[in-house]
Amino acid sequence: MSAEEQSSAVVLQGLVKSYGPVRAVTGVDLQIRHGETVALLGPNGAGKTTTIDMMLGLTKPDTGSVSLFGQLPRAAVARGAVGGMLQNGTLLRDLTVRELVAMVGGLYPDPLSVDDVLRITDTVDIADRRTQKLSGGQAQRVRFAMALVSNPELLILDEPTASLDVGSRREFWGVMRRSAALGKTVVFATHYLEEADLYADRVVVMTRGRIVADGPATEIKARVGRKNIRATLADVGIDSLRELPGVVGAERRGESILLRCVDSDQALRLLLSRYPAASDIEVTGVGLEEAFIEITEGPDSSLTSGEDH
Amino acid sequence: MRRAIAFTGYELLRSFRNTRFFIFTLVFPLILFYTVAGSNRHAELGGVKFPVYYMVGMASWGAMTAVMSGGARISLERSAGWTRQMRITPLSTSVYFGSKVVAGYLMAIVSLILLFGAGISLGVRLSAAQWLEATGLLLVGLIPFVIMGILLGHLLSADSMGPALGGVVGVFALLGGAWGPLGQTGTLHRIVVNIPSYWLVQAGHVALGSGAWPLRGWVVIAVWTLVILRLTVVIYRRDTAKI
Ligand SMILES: Nc1ncnc2c1ncn2[C@@H]1O[C@H](COP(=O)(O)OP(=O)(O)O)[C@@H](O)[C@H]1O
Ligand SMILES: [Mg+2]
Repeated sequence: MSAEEQSSAVVLQGLVKSYGPVRAVTGVDLQIRHGETVALLGPNGAGKTTTIDMMLGLTKPDTGSVSLFGQLPRAAVARGAVGGMLQNGTLLRDLTVRELVAMVGGLYPDPLSVDDVLRITDTVDIADRRTQKLSGGQAQRVRFAMALVSNPELLILDEPTASLDVGSRREFWGVMRRSAALGKTVVFATHYLEEADLYADRVVVMTRGRIVADGPATEIKARVGRKNIRATLADVGIDSLRELPGVVGAERRGESILLRCVDSDQALRLLLSRYPAASDIEVTGVGLEEAFIEITEGPDSSLTSGEDH
Repeated sequence: MRRAIAFTGYELLRSFRNTRFFIFTLVFPLILFYTVAGSNRHAELGGVKFPVYYMVGMASWGAMTAVMSGGARISLERSAGWTRQMRITPLSTSVYFGSKVVAGYLMAIVSLILLFGAGISLGVRLSAAQWLEATGLLLVGLIPFVIMGILLGHLLSADSMGPALGGVVGVFALLGGAWGPLGQTGTLHRIVVNIPSYWLVQAGHVALGSGAWPLRGWVVIAVWTLVILRLTVVIYRRDTAKI
């Protein structure tokens, strides 16, 4: 084992997994240090779940290796070092929340106390309710409680908020924050850029089975968090618009213009001060999918495609 | 060990809380027993007193449903993603399956006790040794069925499990003679003596004294157990490799 593997919480090397003709993961290398909170960001079908399942030892990679704290996933799981929340998981019925959390905790050598876990996950008031009678947000918090009860060093969460409304999502992340404060290493998959930006130190972007970007959340947000400004503005040269700070591409269609921006706030301020005639202004976020495709196809392709029209 | 017992405890709690299933498993055989055996109290069936035969027949039917349902729940837990969740805990496969077996058997024992009580209320009288022998034979005869439950739990979807379980148990109960013997001679008889449920129902012959099961009974149960166990292992391996 390399020194690298020993000092990292997670080391993925050359992971490849195909399902028949579908190449779900096409070569993933990733190292995660102790205590990091990492978002695995990507659109549906990017290979996030497949990667996470291989990390947890649920899916066997075609080639490549997974090491958690220098151990195979099975061994790390068996000693209680890993807590996981799988995608689309449900709860076992006919038990109360407290019983379920106690049952799962009872499988581990050194679990947290059930009361502590219920408190951290904000499930005290539903502790005596049967698991089949919970709302979506409550059920996710209980599933999180099950992942946490072993007091794991590493938490792996696959799209924990995908099915939740905005309020429940915020509640969930509030709970997550409290437990991340316990000094755990956290890896979570999401297809919401805001979530990755708000809750992760580091964002790893996946599309089509590969990692296409990896860096601090702010940096990734600047790269994928693009916005478009549309406005009606006649008689202004497209080249001078393209030179506005914050703008990376510009198009004109008759009277209306489209500015592709990395910093739409700055671009908008300058647009209005230099061209007060601009009207019908609209600022829209670029879909994550579109932003990912830009990343995948290289940093400059968006500029050229902008100019081509 | 302590952890395995605690986990099994929760499995029992869950089975007994699933009241709808519990009631169906226990109540149908009871009702049938009272209606059919009640009106034939003094007749004979399959060489023993009618109520004895029917008591053991209905107990076999109820207990088969109970033990098979233990493993059959795996199907629901698989489709709900629960088995995958369990695979990222230290829980071993043997404890997981073991908890289903224990829960199934406990339900079966409740079913036996109820039917035996019903039998006594209709005048069935056996010595303590005979009650024990009948219980022992029934518990042994259920072994292939408890494994069959785990097999079905891996083969069938949660949606089809209800009717499939009822159907499979029904066929075994019918062929085994739980609702009445299928004749003591002939081709059909030669076939059914090779079916484990036949020997379950034959446990009623303890009433006649001296060894209810000849060697053949033990061999049939053993062979079915080994074959179903082998099949289950193959299916389980195929299944976990896929997931
Ligand atoms: N069990 C499977 N059988 C066949 N194809 C699969 C299976 N699991 C995933 N895939 C395919 O692999 C690709 C990656 O899927 P997944 O890892 O679930 O992506 P994500 O979690 O990022 O949405 C998708 O094209 C998906 O259809
Ligand atoms: Mg996924």
